[in-house]
Amino acid sequence: MEHSVSIKDLSLNFGHVRVLEHLNLDIDQGEFLVLLGPSGCGKSTLLNCVAGLLDVTGGQIFIDGKNVTWEEPKDRGIGMVFQSYALYPQMSVERNLSFGLRVAGMKKDEIDRRVARASEILQIEPLLQRKPVELSGGQRQRVAIGRALVRDVDVFLFDEPLSNLDAKLRSELRVEIKRLHLRLKNTMIYVTHDQIEAMTLADRIAIMKGGVIQQLDVPSVIYNKPVNLFVAGFIGSPSMNFLHGEFTGGASPKFVSQGVNWDLKGYETLPSTGADKRQATIGIRPEHIAINDEAKSMPVTIDVEIEVVEPMGSDTLGWVRIGGESVTFRVASEIDLQVGQKLTLGFDPARASVFDGNTGERL
Amino acid sequence: MAQRRWRLSSLQAIIGTIPLIGVSVGVFVICIIFSILWSFTSSKLFPNFDWVGFENYDRLWQTSRWIVSVQNIWLFGVLSIVGNMVFGYVLAVFMDQRIRMEDTFRSIFLYPFAMSLVVTGLVWQWMMDPNLGVQAAMQNLGLEWFRFAPLTDANTAIYGVIVAGIWQGTGVTMAILLAGLRGVDQEIWKAAKVDGIPNWRTYLFIALPMMRGAIATAFVLQCVGVVRVYDLIIALTQGGPGIATQMPAVFVIQHITNRQNVGMGMAAAAMMLAPIIVLIAIRALVMWRAAAQEKRAAKLAIAAEERERLEAAGIAAPVAAE
Amino acid sequence: MTDQAISSPAAGMATDVAGPAGPKPKRLTASRVGVYAFLIIAALFFLIPLWVMIVTSLKTLPEIRLGNLFNWPSDLTFDPWIKAWTTACTGRDCDGISPGFWNSVKITVPSVILSVFLAALNGYALSFWKYRGSELFFGLLMFGAFVPYQVVIYPLIIAFREIGIFATLPGIIILHSIFGMPILTLLFRNFFGSLPGELFRAARVDGAGFWQIFVMIMLPMSVPITIVAIILQVTGIWNDFLFGVVFAGRPNMPMTVQLNNIVTTTTGIREYNVNMAATILTALVPLAVYFISGKWFVRGIAAGAVKG
Repeated sequence: MEHSVSIKDLSLNFGHVRVLEHLNLDIDQGEFLVLLGPSGCGKSTLLNCVAGLLDVTGGQIFIDGKNVTWEEPKDRGIGMVFQSYALYPQMSVERNLSFGLRVAGMKKDEIDRRVARASEILQIEPLLQRKPVELSGGQRQRVAIGRALVRDVDVFLFDEPLSNLDAKLRSELRVEIKRLHLRLKNTMIYVTHDQIEAMTLADRIAIMKGGVIQQLDVPSVIYNKPVNLFVAGFIGSPSMNFLHGEFTGGASPKFVSQGVNWDLKGYETLPSTGADKRQATIGIRPEHIAINDEAKSMPVTIDVEIEVVEPMGSDTLGWVRIGGESVTFRVASEIDLQVGQKLTLGFDPARASVFDGNTGERL
Repeated sequence: MAQRRWRLSSLQAIIGTIPLIGVSVGVFVICIIFSILWSFTSSKLFPNFDWVGFENYDRLWQTSRWIVSVQNIWLFGVLSIVGNMVFGYVLAVFMDQRIRMEDTFRSIFLYPFAMSLVVTGLVWQWMMDPNLGVQAAMQNLGLEWFRFAPLTDANTAIYGVIVAGIWQGTGVTMAILLAGLRGVDQEIWKAAKVDGIPNWRTYLFIALPMMRGAIATAFVLQCVGVVRVYDLIIALTQGGPGIATQMPAVFVIQHITNRQNVGMGMAAAAMMLAPIIVLIAIRALVMWRAAAQEKRAAKLAIAAEERERLEAAGIAAPVAAE
Repeated sequence: MTDQAISSPAAGMATDVAGPAGPKPKRLTASRVGVYAFLIIAALFFLIPLWVMIVTSLKTLPEIRLGNLFNWPSDLTFDPWIKAWTTACTGRDCDGISPGFWNSVKITVPSVILSVFLAALNGYALSFWKYRGSELFFGLLMFGAFVPYQVVIYPLIIAFREIGIFATLPGIIILHSIFGMPILTLLFRNFFGSLPGELFRAARVDGAGFWQIFVMIMLPMSVPITIVAIILQVTGIWNDFLFGVVFAGRPNMPMTVQLNNIVTTTTGIREYNVNMAATILTALVPLAVYFISGKWFVRGIAAGAVKG
């Protein structure tokens, strides 16, 4: 099957700074791909390269099978939505939507038809005669999406479209973008640093750092089987607990650390991992830790004393110390935790992740 | 793979900036080069290319008219800039005392700057008229001792020019410094108040050093104005009495017009360029050092941030091992 | 009892505790008087020349000769103003300063339009269409902002003479556009630089090119900065003397040059009242711009001088 967007061996340098390095990425027709990473990881840069707003240093970009590496943005068959909305302030909503079509010299009735369709889909018909300053943040972003819609293109690019909105609007528009995707079935490339947006919207997530894609997979794999320490630490809130110690691979993997001697039976080591002993970090998600009765049925248990309790409303976080390192666990808010309380924690090694102490790669 | 493609849009950008290219290269490079070249020739009424080496410069520095010009511009520059800045800052501080009718006062202090230097010169020439000006008016009021006619005496004429210059330019300095004062973080004032620091100390030792940008702006504006001072002299004194208020800018124009000595005029012009070049070189050096320092600071900040983030993720150990 | 105290603590405090309560009374302290005294004296220093200009222009010559510079005219006359406008001698011609006024209009209007348009174009290109070398050209232009005019003026005279525009109206207009370019370009570059770059990118995705983005997106957005630039240029060009005297040519002498000629042309007696009337007339246009534009004027000076 033809890929909708295909990036081959893409590199980009700003002077001597290498922003993207030999990057490869194939995106299927109708796929919702999220580029996720901390600021400065190159995700927006990559999107701008796809859009044609930045000249690449090396490599190729294909959209719908056509090599567009040297094409102007308008000729690539893309629509783009920006973080700051980037609406033309002196034009009404309607003229904002139709600007690109007018520049292209399209016939008036075709322009009207497209604007009408986009404003129907986004429910912005009552706003058409207003200026951008007269719109709320959410309405502005709808118009910005509409501007991409009227172009009638196969690929939508979103550059952190929800980052300027407050939390409530953000979650509303998130759902709306998902609906839009279900309805239009376009290919969408979506850049964000918000992991919730990434997890909820994406068919696949590409996690980036230092201009390199660290892991490209469906959200559940990214969450449960991170390939390295960076991905493990970046995804999840509160973030994954890490304990440093020694790991022995083989048929019966073991993890030994200060005050800890765990039999990790059930942990699936990667085939490449040897049976030798090595420095390692074990990562356990706070929500994968059980307490008391439930913990006792788990393969691995440990007795601890609670240091800090953080009630979050929907659930409660408990902080304890294991072998000198701070560990969080998450329980339902009905459970009453007290500082100083003694309890038993337990987890299933199958849901844990172990990373090499030197390379940070998953073992 | 370093092959670059030809984009129509970049071509448009170059076409759009043809006037910019023309002016920046044509005027501020080529014209300056020609000025300097002609300063080494025997050009009189019309330019020629008979090289005479440094003869024009030698003669220039033996010409009393030029030497007086240079002395004048230093005196005028230092006194008018210092006067401007001190008076301007004092005015700004007083304006900052939550006074009534601030806008009215601001308008009064600033309106001279809107007027031509020719107008300024003519008004003050009239004010300083020995027989009918301020001096006469005060003496008519019975103050027989009152003297205010500096332009008639070669020794004091330059101070008359300075007064007119300060009158014209102080308002701007005040406006810029007041904006700078208002830009100082409000919490600094609160902190100083809580600490019981007297107002004048806060203005002098806390606010002033924090307004470097505004001060630099006002200073640069003044410097450019001083070097270019021409209209004021022409209107106020015509360089007189005698050559007492000659300025380099006037000297150059006179030599390329009435005095028909282009070679010497260009030598004087080249001398006018020299301090600007020195200033720009100093500025570049300072900027370069600041940039280097900033780079280092940024690097440290990034490293610290990275470490913090990694520590938060619990992976400080492997990074440290690297 | 305790219940009551909790429910109305303020009422309890006011009756129980003596001493300062409510807003501190405002007193006219010595330092406040000092502040206003200083400001008023300073204001007098700035206002007296204006006052002197006005009263002198309304006096008859005999009254001026009495030497009471500050007095309001006892014998009020508007003849000096009429003479200054219509019949005062500027060198050989005796048509007053009115031809200079119209010359200044003819020079200022096209110069302002051309220089502001070019600067907007420069600022736009330098902000959004950087190409190899564009920063170098900008750097040279900024260098030009500090170069004394005298350093480049003679080669420009020669060049203009070669092209045939020396001492012509187009010549002086081009000259003003050249020397207005550094500051104005900086002004517009800083303004466009402060706009979100995404706006430009959105327009690129919409398929607009260099000129379309400039005319349809950027120019309509730059109204405030254009006003600042126009104020700066109108006052600057109107007040110019040096370029007018060197480049405008005899038939196009601007008002400032003619004013100076009126004052220096002494046919017998010096008519101080006419001189002052002509001076005020010359200052009227920039003063009007200044008082109408108010704070924009200050912003223009500061914006023009602050490097971004």
